[in-house]
Amino acid sequence: MNKINQIEGKAVPVEGNDIDTDRIIPARYLKEITFTNMGKYPFYDERFDAQGKPKGHPFDLPQFAGSNILLVNQNFGCGSSREHAPQSLMRWGIKAVIGESFAEIFAGNCTMLGIPTATVSQAEMARLQALAKEKPQTKFLLDLDKKVLFSEGKEHLKFDIHESKRNALVNGTWDSTSLLLANAPKTSAVAGKLPYVSGF
Amino acid sequence: MAKGTLYNKVWDSHAVEKLPTGQTQLFIGLHLIHEVTSPQAFDMIAEKGLKVAFPDRTFATVDHIVPTKSQARPFEDAEAEQMMGAIESNVKKFGVPFFDFKSGNQGIVHIIGPEMGLTQPGMTIACGDSHTSTHGAFGTLAFGIGTTQVRDVLATQCLAMDELKVRRINVNGKLNPGVYAKDVTLYIIQKLGVKGGIGYAYEYGGTAFDAMTMEERMTVCNMAIEGGARVGYVNPDQTTFDYLKGRKYAPGADKWNKAVTYWKSMASEKDAEFDDVVNFNAADIEPVVTWGITPDQSVGVNAKLPSVNSFSADEVKTVELAYKHMDLKPGQAIKGTPIDVAFIGSCTNGRISDLREAAKVAKGRKVSKSVRAFVVPGSQQVKAQAEKEGLDKIFSEAGFEWRAAGCSMCLAMNPDKLKGHEISASSSNRNFIGRQGSKEGRTMLMSPAMVVAAAVAGTVSDVRDLMKTS
Repeated sequence: MNKINQIEGKAVPVEGNDIDTDRIIPARYLKEITFTNMGKYPFYDERFDAQGKPKGHPFDLPQFAGSNILLVNQNFGCGSSREHAPQSLMRWGIKAVIGESFAEIFAGNCTMLGIPTATVSQAEMARLQALAKEKPQTKFLLDLDKKVLFSEGKEHLKFDIHESKRNALVNGTWDSTSLLLANAPKTSAVAGKLPYVSGF
Repeated sequence: MAKGTLYNKVWDSHAVEKLPTGQTQLFIGLHLIHEVTSPQAFDMIAEKGLKVAFPDRTFATVDHIVPTKSQARPFEDAEAEQMMGAIESNVKKFGVPFFDFKSGNQGIVHIIGPEMGLTQPGMTIACGDSHTSTHGAFGTLAFGIGTTQVRDVLATQCLAMDELKVRRINVNGKLNPGVYAKDVTLYIIQKLGVKGGIGYAYEYGGTAFDAMTMEERMTVCNMAIEGGARVGYVNPDQTTFDYLKGRKYAPGADKWNKAVTYWKSMASEKDAEFDDVVNFNAADIEPVVTWGITPDQSVGVNAKLPSVNSFSADEVKTVELAYKHMDLKPGQAIKGTPIDVAFIGSCTNGRISDLREAAKVAKGRKVSKSVRAFVVPGSQQVKAQAEKEGLDKIFSEAGFEWRAAGCSMCLAMNPDKLKGHEISASSSNRNFIGRQGSKEGRTMLMSPAMVVAAAVAGTVSDVRDLMKTS
């Protein structure tokens, strides 16, 4: 498993609080039985009109093409637990999300895919989104070891990230199956002690 | 951190190991799966050459994509048919019990778990669906998870989890007539906000919860996630035990007393410590209707819609978007808002007691000509029971279509959808933009009885006015 210590790239702002996972990926795309095509669908209904023409969403603006850091506001990813939401962002090209706050299931799903969810204050996010809009070519570097976001090589701000999520990413243990499998004997022991498992 | 709560006891008894990340490896006592979030997870374990670790603690059903009109195979929707085929082949390949149409036990995953007695106090439960919090009504820690976590539970029966804080929410006193569990949960979300529960498990209690039936407690816990709390629960009590007794997977008579003793021991202690405590009065709660695009944008049915500047500066953008999308204006009354569609069903309000309450209001009345109305029972068992009681006839005579079990227009992954700019009165749980299948479609959440009142009048109405005259 890859260790994820730094993510470098341009940032794309998607503004608004409480952007739910139905808005990130409409439920009709969940009927596909693989995640393969999900990169085509993030924010689909906010990006395209009935004829499929782009409506000017940041994901379609030329200045943000090739961005890999997503800048969002409060409670991003609330609602449905659909992993299709972070899958669609990841497959579109997003490698890190910085926001004011995240819904928990969404943040957990991101970590499982190796996508850090870093948090900053409201004022800092306002400045960050403004900078990304005014100077979309700005090169950011999200450093998970230092918990610092750099812009154009200079320290821009310190961010927070849930410590266990950070540990998983920087130590390359974010794909948790092998960690959990390693404790299989102990799992059986814990299960055996639970009255409802042993049949009371 | 909280001490002596059910949350602590269930967590501690299921903790396998502290992981190097700082997370806890938590054993999952019951894993429920459905067709939408499981196919990729099965593929992932197959790719790694892994098996389902505890197939006897894993149960599958189909709910999200199933059509509710004709369930004849193959489904008209080729994608839905393919998805159905995937779960059928996966459960066979991995030896997982499957409640399909033929079983008589198919239904919305959060309705059939309790209905069959699979959901029991003191358990940890996981399902690839955010409304897994529903099972908390039995005093369980029930987590909604993503597909990669479904893979983990399939492969190891465990999750890597971070511990939550615990907020105790007391609702004391008696609910007024015409006020339901749905109104209680919408009221709590209105007061604490959709972000208020981030980082918390919600423990619901107080005399209003003591008096609730299991089905009412399920309605409240179901929407804990809408308040940002991944987990919501009620401590198990006699109501819980009475509900479980005799159900298919509940402990038998020879084990019953031992089970009840264990279940009682898992409840929060009298002197339990919480990270936060919030108190509400049941008498303050009115029938609630949402007017916006997040479940906390709601008012009492007799209130006027709030002004934009009554919200904090950082909420203004969302509020403005809500008014624009909903085509409503600050200061207008919610009562009298015309509706196009009335939907009764979902894991929030698709149980037999919901249908009984709705039928009481529908009886002898007619759905307005301008309204398309339908009732979707939450499970095959709910459907059968309702038909036994003649509720289907009451609904049909009133002008509601009577359908087969599934998630239906709660999330519109099946043919049940809003069209264009239509607005619904809905007993479901989310009023998000596009949620009910049309990106211009609009949703007003309310109790099932209130949905019937709106369907009959053709506009949002106070169900209590109908109750006076019935």
